[in-house]
Parts: sequence; C-alpha cells; structure tokens
Amino acid sequence: MRAWLLRPSAKRVLLGLCFVPFLLLTYKTLNDTLGPNPAEALIRSTGDWSIRVLCVVLCVTPLRILTSTPALIRFRRMIGLSVFAYASLHLLCYAGFDMGFDWDEILKDIIKRPFILVGFLGWVSLLCLALTSSNAAIKKMGAKRWQTLHKLVYLIAVLAVVHFYWMKAAKHNFQEVIIYAIILGVLLLWRVWHAAQKRHAA
Amino acid sequence: MWIKSEKTREQDNLAREVTPQEIFDRRRKLIKSLVGVGAGIGVASGLGPFSVGSSAFAASEPTPKLSALTGVHSNVSGAYVVEKATSYADASSYNNFYEFGTDKSDPAHNAHTLKVSPWSVQVEGLVKKPMKITLEDLLKLRPMEERIYRMRCVEGWSMVIPWVGYSLSELLNKVEPLGSAKYVEFVSLADPKTMPFVGSAVLDWPYTEGLRMDEALHPLTLLSFGMYSEVLPNQSGAPVRLVVPWKYGFKSAKSIVKIRLVEKMPATAWNKAAANEYGFYSNVNPNVDHPRWSQATERRIGEDGLFSKRRKTLLFNGYEAQVGQLYAGMDLQKNF
Repeated sequence: MRAWLLRPSAKRVLLGLCFVPFLLLTYKTLNDTLGPNPAEALIRSTGDWSIRVLCVVLCVTPLRILTSTPALIRFRRMIGLSVFAYASLHLLCYAGFDMGFDWDEILKDIIKRPFILVGFLGWVSLLCLALTSSNAAIKKMGAKRWQTLHKLVYLIAVLAVVHFYWMKAAKHNFQEVIIYAIILGVLLLWRVWHAAQKRHAA
Repeated sequence: MWIKSEKTREQDNLAREVTPQEIFDRRRKLIKSLVGVGAGIGVASGLGPFSVGSSAFAASEPTPKLSALTGVHSNVSGAYVVEKATSYADASSYNNFYEFGTDKSDPAHNAHTLKVSPWSVQVEGLVKKPMKITLEDLLKLRPMEERIYRMRCVEGWSMVIPWVGYSLSELLNKVEPLGSAKYVEFVSLADPKTMPFVGSAVLDWPYTEGLRMDEALHPLTLLSFGMYSEVLPNQSGAPVRLVVPWKYGFKSAKSIVKIRLVEKMPATAWNKAAANEYGFYSNVNPNVDHPRWSQATERRIGEDGLFSKRRKTLLFNGYEAQVGQLYAGMDLQKNF
C-alpha cells in the first residue's frame, strides 16, 4: 500500500475520485433527475461538495503524521485544487442560475448580504491558494512565506462553516452544519495541539 | 416523474394478485388512452380557463390516484391565473410541511402516516355560534369551487396550483363573528405519533398562523380540501388547509384542527421563530427583501429552465387589484 502511494497511478486514481461528484451531477443534470428545482439542487450540492472536499484536504496532514505516511503529502495539492474547483462551480451556479449573470446585481448582492459576502470571501481566499499552488510559486515566494499564506485554509474553513450556518438558519436546521463544524473544529484543534507538542519538544 | 404513493402501490399489487398479468396490462393501457381522450374533450369544448388549465395537467399526468374532488367555476375576481399549472408531480413532491421534515422532499416521503379520518375542526373564540364541525359536514357546507392561484414561497420559488374549496368567509359567516373579533388564528394538527418532526426544535408546536379579520373574510382566502380535482394529498395539508394567494406560502396553514377568532393579533409560528425575518403580514412584496435574500424575483418550478432568468415577483403576488385596498395607507416596509 505504502509503495503504491508513491506510484503515478495513485495520483490518477485520486484524480478520478475527485471527478466523481462532478460527473454524478453532470449525469443528473443531463437526465433531468435533479428534482423539481434543478437550479437549487445544483447550487446546494456544489456547495456541499466544496465543504466535504475541504474536510478531506484538512485530513491529509494529521493522517500523514499520525500514521507516519509521508507519501500522503503528494495528494494534498490535487485535493486542495478540487476544493477550489467545486467552490468555483458553486459560485458559478449561484451567479448563473440565481442571478442570471447580472454582474451589477451580483455585486450588490455580495455587499448587501453578509451570508453571500462570507461565501465570496472564502472563494477569494481559495483563489489565492490556487494561484500559488504551483512549484514555481513556492520557489518564487520562498517556503516560509508560502506556508504562511497557505495558513489561509484555516480561515477558509471558518468562513465555509459560517456561510453554511447562515444559509441553514433560514430553516433553523443546524444538524448538518454542526457535523461539519465538529469535523473542521477537530481538524483545526489537532493542529493547535500538535504545534504546542512540537514547541514543547523543542 | 410521477411518484407513486405507498397506498397506490399496494393497491396495484393487490390488483395484480387477483388479475392475470395480461388483463392487468390491458386495463392499464385502456385507462391511459381514456385519460388522453378525456383531456382532448376538455380542450375541444373550451370551457373557459378552468377546462384549459386542468386539461393541461391532465394530459401529461397519470390517472388520479386519490378520490376525485371537483369544483364548479368560481366567480370570485382573481380566481383564475392565466398561467400554466405546475405539474401535479412537482406540486405534490416539492413543498414545505415541517411536521414531516425540513427538506422539501420530506413531506412527500413521510406524510403517509397522517390520519385524515376522522377529522373535525373546532371553530371558537369571539363568535356567536362556536362549533365543532366534522370534515364531512365541512365538505357539504358550500359548493366546491376550482381556483387556480399562484403560490409564492418565501424561499424564492413559485408554482401555479388548481385548488378546490370555498371561501373561508362562508365558514366564518356561519359561526357569526362578534364585533370584537379582530383577528383569526389557525391551529394545525400537532400529533407526534403521526407527524415525525413535531417536537423538533425548529418551531414551536402546534403550528399556528393568523390573519386580520378583513383578510380572512376576503373572497380569495380559500378553505381548501383538494387540488388538481382530487382531495389534498397528505403532504399538501390534508384534509383541510388554508390558501391565501397574496401572502408567502407559510401563511397558508395546513391540516387545520382549530380556527379561533380573537381580539389581539395572534402569535404565528414563524414570527415566533424569527420576528425580524417573518412578519405577521408576510404579503408577497418584491420591494421588501428578506434579511438574507432578495424577494425581487422567483423561480417558477417546472417552467423556468436552468438557464432562463428568474421571473419578477409581483406585488401581492399579482393580486394587487383584489387585495391592495386592504393595506391602503399602511407602511408595507414596516408591516412586512
């Protein structure tokens, strides 16, 4: 297993996995099986997949350290870029299906409604990370500065939960939000704990 | 698209057990062809907006699965929207009925447990003749009318639904309201045994709604027992519900067990849950945004394709000519 993780085929399998939700949604769209309100279904499910993949990418480092599997680091960039891809689809679905690509209205909407603003800030942060995800960018920025910038992912996790919470507040239905908040909370708290441990050791 | 209810599936299975497969299939085919012919006659004879509207859904839908409940043509102004009716499949599978879950697909999945018989409605409070009236008597109280109304949900989607019922004023006049009665409160059934989400922290149970007396007496305010020429499916608020077409959908209380005439503005379920988001009036108004989203536009279910622009929402959901005078001089921004 560990040997396989270092092979190129492992990356290809992961790439395929990242595409599965997208292909599923495309299939449902083409077959008109998204239910009575396909626009709403697409906006919501692309949002769901964004936060799910975000949970997965934040698992990489804890898993790598806890299981002593350094090879896992090879997959972090691809999963991170998938988060950006699904969040971009989510934004695109909102802009297209909800706002009819009326940029004036979209801009007004982002400023006016905190729930949209928080989601948009999350996407802008993801964009920063996606744009600096190449090896060239790391080299140019220097590892230290690059790492500092990529700590933005923790802010993104908080923004995602707040955005989702506000959206669900309409129905006073927080079950799902609480589950994601706990998962992301544990993943962030583990990092705080791990950093403290390291400092202690040094 | 058509989702069969558990009950009809059971009936189908029973029929299958006692009927040879070949004859069963032949019958199915015959029924289907008859529906087509029936729809054709409806269009050909052109009996006004009612027949055109109803045949539009009859032609594309399977045979009725619930008991038939038809209404005569209504003379109430605004009773017929000249827009395509939403398909029965969409109208009966995508709606909010929190007693059965918070997802819009939940009511259709869960509401089969609702027991609609026996049923009675208690009419009480500031009236000369309080009464407990059975569903059978309610059904006989006045002739059923067909009303094709727009339905605008506060969430930003809409439908066009052919309801069957009569004006609520018919029932209210029967109990003779006292002069002191200023508001009407509606109480929905809250039975945790048959309604799985009653008791969840989302809302205060039972679900209550309210109207001002003049709103309740307005002829467009419908006491509804059916839709699409059938009795209401459980998930749509069977056996008796309110339909107030110029207000957001949640004002139209479902599965009503009590109607109380009162002097003070009654507390309403959503207002109690979030007073800054859901006002007592909740008239459809494109100029008053919900704090978290715009109400200027809406998506018509089943009509507007993925890439078509959302349609503009109309003041009072397009019933301004009929109900605008009820709110003359009122600040609609403040009294949202």
